[in-house]
Amino acid sequence: MRVHLKQHLCVGAGLCVVSSPEVFDQRDEDGVVIFVPGQEHPDPKYHDAVRGAARKCPALAIEIEEEG
Amino acid sequence: MDGIVILGAGQAGIQLASTLREMSYGGPIHMVGDEPVAPYQRPPLSKAFLSGATPEAALFMQEPDFFAKHDIRFMPSTEAQSVDRELKQVNLKSGDRLPYDHLVFATGARNRALPCAPDARPGVISLRTLEDSKMLAKGLEAAANIVIIGAGFLGLEAATVAAAAGRDVRVIEAGPRPLGRAVTEPVSEVVRRCHHEQGVRFDFDETVVALHGKGVHDHALETRSGERIKADLVLVSVGVTPNTELAAAAGLPVDNGIVVNEVLLTEDPAISAIGDCAAFPFAADGGRMVRVESVQNAVDQARCVAERLVGKPAAYDQVPTFWSDQAGLRLQMAGLAMAGDRAVVRGDPTSKAFSVFCYRGDRLVAVESVSRPPDYMLGRRLLRAGISPTPGQAADSSVDLKALLAASKTVA
Repeated sequence: MRVHLKQHLCVGAGLCVVSSPEVFDQRDEDGVVIFVPGQEHPDPKYHDAVRGAARKCPALAIEIEEEG
Repeated sequence: MDGIVILGAGQAGIQLASTLREMSYGGPIHMVGDEPVAPYQRPPLSKAFLSGATPEAALFMQEPDFFAKHDIRFMPSTEAQSVDRELKQVNLKSGDRLPYDHLVFATGARNRALPCAPDARPGVISLRTLEDSKMLAKGLEAAANIVIIGAGFLGLEAATVAAAAGRDVRVIEAGPRPLGRAVTEPVSEVVRRCHHEQGVRFDFDETVVALHGKGVHDHALETRSGERIKADLVLVSVGVTPNTELAAAAGLPVDNGIVVNEVLLTEDPAISAIGDCAAFPFAADGGRMVRVESVQNAVDQARCVAERLVGKPAAYDQVPTFWSDQAGLRLQMAGLAMAGDRAVVRGDPTSKAFSVFCYRGDRLVAVESVSRPPDYMLGRRLLRAGISPTPGQAADSSVDLKALLAASKTVA
């Protein structure tokens, strides 16, 4: 799985961080979504939560590319 | 064990159902929704979905197998007829009964109709559901122009999409400025200016008193001042009414929303209410009763009730937040301002990126940022921490307000 962040769409709601804190974080300065370092390709054990985070994002700022 | 029944399958309802399972609630969960489809995102209905940028499939808030996987009984196209508090059961219109240990109203709100045209008619659209948004998108394809009645968030987001698609857009607003009930004057002014630059025409202090014409592509709106405006398409966006009838019929107090206490319980200890339909005491403002329409409010109230239902009760005390993308601006708001609050501008209000700090006396009560997300984040944190910069500090862009937060953390 590869996750793409559309940071220009992010409104800092923070729902992704609630559902997948191991993968998503918010930039301290403006609340915009960022990856926890190294999590562009999340660990398979987080995949379900990450799919949920993408679907719940009210700004549709998270896109998932399923690989393999 | 009868478990939990959730009336409503919008943002609040689905958040409650999913959070309950995340928190290992093991009882039955029934979620009753009156729409035929699974819970979906409403914010894009007036933005990216309306414009065609986002496909329908991306709107659904759960994977298709979610309900089966988490043993949540989602009941689409289902309406409740009444709530029997003695028997602790919901009577459905189908005649079926749903017994509950705890009932949660997450019934949301519905759009108000235009007083002069209360009944549905072709080509006059009110935007709330996925179907409404599809109908509006389809209408826009064939229309050369659209008249939008009401300059609130929804109407102006739709205006943005319509103008970007090259349609002639006219907005009729009863008040003197756009977003007048939601933001301060400096923000209204930049919103007006940016829409104007995109070709949107406004009529303020104006109302529609009659709707004439034969229907689709042939509407004529008669205004209070006597003008007759022709329109291919009409969007009515004049606010919402909370869905409180079932609660009221069950004898629960209702006053601009289903009345709940600080933990979001109604006066019946087996019934809660969350989201757009709930009137709750606003902790940051002395417990004044408010009703908030936002994703944040729906989500956080659902989480608050889920925690209580798994045995971790806590008062609801989140800072309300809102956002809107329109006319090239990113508006982000935190807190609740009221008429009469003082607006202190940070930055240049004639630019397209500045913020407004709203004060009641010396107390910061809200922050509105126009395309300045860092100010919004800061405002949210200040409000959360209960810290008020002086109005002088807020107005002076050279003052580092983050230092106030850091200082308070050091003291704490």
